[in-house]
Amino acid sequence: MKTFKDVFERYQWEEVKNKLEKVTLADVRSSLQKKNKTLDDFLNLLSPAASQELELMAGMTQMLTQKRFGKTIQLYAPLYLSNECQNICTYCGFSLDNQLKRKTLSDMELMIEASVLKSMGVNHVLLVSGEANKIVGVPYFQNAVRKLKPHFSNISIEVQPLMEEEYKLLHEEGVHSVLVYQETYHQDVYREYHPKGKKSNFHFRLETPDRIGRAGIHKIGLGVLLGLEDWRVDSFFNALHIDYLQKHYWKSKFSVSFPRLRPAEGIIEPNFIMEDKDLLQLICAYRIWNEDLEISISTRENEVFRNNIVSLGATAMSAGSKTNPGGYAVDKESLEQFETSDERSMDEIRLMIKKAGYDPVMKDWDSVYSGI
Amino acid sequence: MNHQKLEIAGRTFESRLFLGTGKFGSLRDMVQSVIASETDMVTMALKRIDAQSSEENLLDSLREAHVHLLPNTSGARTAKEAVLAAQLAREALETNWVKLEIHPDPKYLLPDPIETLYATEELAKLGFVVMPYIHADPVLCKRLEDAGTAVVMPLGAPIGTNKGLRTQDFLEIIISQSKVPVVVDAGIGAPSDAAKAMEMGADAVLVNTAIAVARNPLNMAVAFKEGVIAGRRAFESGLGAIANHAEASSPLTSFLFE
Repeated sequence: MKTFKDVFERYQWEEVKNKLEKVTLADVRSSLQKKNKTLDDFLNLLSPAASQELELMAGMTQMLTQKRFGKTIQLYAPLYLSNECQNICTYCGFSLDNQLKRKTLSDMELMIEASVLKSMGVNHVLLVSGEANKIVGVPYFQNAVRKLKPHFSNISIEVQPLMEEEYKLLHEEGVHSVLVYQETYHQDVYREYHPKGKKSNFHFRLETPDRIGRAGIHKIGLGVLLGLEDWRVDSFFNALHIDYLQKHYWKSKFSVSFPRLRPAEGIIEPNFIMEDKDLLQLICAYRIWNEDLEISISTRENEVFRNNIVSLGATAMSAGSKTNPGGYAVDKESLEQFETSDERSMDEIRLMIKKAGYDPVMKDWDSVYSGI
Repeated sequence: MNHQKLEIAGRTFESRLFLGTGKFGSLRDMVQSVIASETDMVTMALKRIDAQSSEENLLDSLREAHVHLLPNTSGARTAKEAVLAAQLAREALETNWVKLEIHPDPKYLLPDPIETLYATEELAKLGFVVMPYIHADPVLCKRLEDAGTAVVMPLGAPIGTNKGLRTQDFLEIIISQSKVPVVVDAGIGAPSDAAKAMEMGADAVLVNTAIAVARNPLNMAVAFKEGVIAGRRAFESGLGAIANHAEASSPLTSFLFE
């Protein structure tokens, strides 16, 4: 079966890197003026040269985002189910070699956590877990979704890569979207950071969005872990991936997230530093290239950046997030995946969004559209 | 001058401008725009309705504006989903009116004509007043009439694009042969587009993005109201035909009769 792997293999990391370095300001300006933007234009807007046109790009980003998404920001919060994990990922708090107590929510604990989220006003929820197929496998997720579905309008998952049939089962249960990040598209670097566990299989992960698309999932979320490798090259590959998927799975929506490496228990320092201005450039490049892409900004980012990104391309934000299972109520001190940076409550974020002249949206889906 | 009033399924409308309620920066902007536009009917997505929420919400705000609420099925990808959504909306909003939107393609939000026809048949049988959002496809419009639709809502351009009446040639065919009111939906970017649609003989227009994301939504709502009134008045007054050819001031054939 044809998958993204076939497209991916036609590109060389070093070639993309060279191309990015050779982009001139004239190339950037010509891309900005083009009516229909291609991946080559995305590459130009991503280049070091394009950083000189950031102000212009920000203006275009604001205009395009308002036209397509209006002055709205969708709010959601993560619900961590488990920090059990059989993988070694040297940047992640849940890494197998991290000698800390593990926790998986019981049914009762799940409902307690859910009730806290409900009291925060959360209606779109993202279920997250590490990769431990025996303890936290598809039956666990099916049960969790079944329990949560009456209480939330929209359920997303960010869990280990699954098989097409398994995604179908979860879709039928009511899962609206699936997020899976490649972390990095650089194969050697990927191997270095993921030395052990099922996740060490680069290609199985690379083909996961194809399986999600074939299963008919409404929305597919992609991203790279910013800090593992050159963010420009990695982001080009991420866009290449989205471009391919949009053509093949035309009934699915796509979202992109921007996890910048944050400190966590026992992890390494990022190799590549991505500054705020770089992240803004990247967000603008995505928006100008792809007007329909959902852009999600998590609490990894700090207050100042989040306050300003509301009107600069973002379409969704998490808020009040806890990144550990039980973090909202039942086990506040359990092992967390990463430290959040913006620790403001959901109410504070809603107020901030309103002050920016935007409408914080809590509900923009209905379970009537999921799992029937 | 006595204006002809728009009538849909036995209900009379003073205004020929309908509004969408998405994309506004705040509930206040939205409600003020609705009031300023003097519209009689606004559409809202079922997926945005939160019956459980106790705080200030879309629904309460719209009820304050005293307009007829038209729930829409935005988000539905199939006829089955849309029919279910319409039934839920009927319960939540106590109305049997529904704006049918079925767009399996989330990128351009283009309507699926086949599923829309199926859903219209089904919903009409269930007693709904069906207002389907469709391509400017004259044959589909006739098929929808047969299926019992209350109106047809062909698009002027892809939704949210503000590109105006790109489908003008097809809209003209639809208007000329329609037995049900024609509401031009989607793509209307400026009051002049709305006026143009009305001049062509459309029965009403539906506008959302152009008002919601304007720098001053309230003033833009007034501008659209005026555009719609002007266009309709021109249509009812009988617009002069635009000549496609030059008319020579001294007739070329007059020698025949000399």
